[in-house]
Amino acid sequence: MFAGAAAAILVALALAIVRAIKGPTVFDRVLAGNTVGSLSIMLLAVFGFLTDRPEFLDVGLTYGFLNLIGTLAVLKFFRYGDLAYDADSEPRS
Amino acid sequence: MRWLSLAALLFAFWLALSGHYTAMLVTAGIVSTAVCVFAAVRMRALDPEGHPIELLPRTVTYYPWLVREIASSAWGVTKIILHPALPISPCMTVVEASQKTAAGLATYANSITLTPGTITAGVDGNKFTVHALVRDGAIDLESGGMDRRVTAFEGKT
Amino acid sequence: MTLVVEIASWSLILLGSFFTLVGALGLVRMPDVYTRMHAVSVIDTLGIGMTFLGLAVQAGFSLVTLKLLFLMALVFFTWPVVTHALAQACLHAGVQPQLAEDRREFGRHATDVQGEGRPSSN
Repeated sequence: MFAGAAAAILVALALAIVRAIKGPTVFDRVLAGNTVGSLSIMLLAVFGFLTDRPEFLDVGLTYGFLNLIGTLAVLKFFRYGDLAYDADSEPRS
Repeated sequence: MRWLSLAALLFAFWLALSGHYTAMLVTAGIVSTAVCVFAAVRMRALDPEGHPIELLPRTVTYYPWLVREIASSAWGVTKIILHPALPISPCMTVVEASQKTAAGLATYANSITLTPGTITAGVDGNKFTVHALVRDGAIDLESGGMDRRVTAFEGKT
Repeated sequence: MTLVVEIASWSLILLGSFFTLVGALGLVRMPDVYTRMHAVSVIDTLGIGMTFLGLAVQAGFSLVTLKLLFLMALVFFTWPVVTHALAQACLHAGVQPQLAEDRREFGRHATDVQGEGRPSSN
């Protein structure tokens, strides 16, 4: 049964990757990447139960924080073209 | 008072994550809790915005209502996705928030986004630009039921 | 008793998988960025919520349950922040949403005019 849930999550991952490849704008790809992050948290949790090793949850926790910071960093990069740019001044483009 | 609750929370988090209770690890937990609380005090992050403990008693009534709201609107979005004709009518609208504190405004904006079918796309003072998947979702939001709930959750400050 | 708990946890996990699949399907089917975010919100609320609740019921009262609930709370608090940042970035970059109706101009006013007699909502 855990295997069934893991299979469903894998199918969802494949669909998210389809969107990441097709996505016309960069924001579609960022959204798909964020979805892949959420799905991998779920997959890690289910896989931990499947193999009876709940330590995978700690890895999932790290993925959760990385997902937040990574997405925000990518968005900031595409807005300012620079991660160390002063956010108080106007964007360059 | 606030720093005490933050310290208790952080130490409980350390204990929950470690799972080993030797003297060395517990001491390390106390030290890192102290460092984190000191950093939070120095950053002046321990104000009603950064650590709103006075909202805690009212989460008992607000969060279950929010979970029910999320479940019902997620079911609505599910039906739309599975419908062969994809019956969407996307809308942009502006709603006014009646909350006074930053924590209340953030709670309202996050509740709108967390409910499937509506997304806060912009914040300008107390005016939120909201994108809704169907027209009814935008009209529901404009009628202000959730706004009143969040204001009650925020309480008198 | 154990049978009831088993059935409850399996149905929660199955429902969570179902909503995850539906959200991913919506991610592919929806026409533009903003509507795709609505599809993803199904994954991040009901998909993750129900799957993790089912796993927590399987684990019983232990540290694993505590970690699962914390992970769930983490996703519930960070996901709206990320989505809001993404939607705001889209608006700033000038990605125009495909709208059936733009209520930004009147917003609040339109509701007052319609008053109580709103046949469309309930």
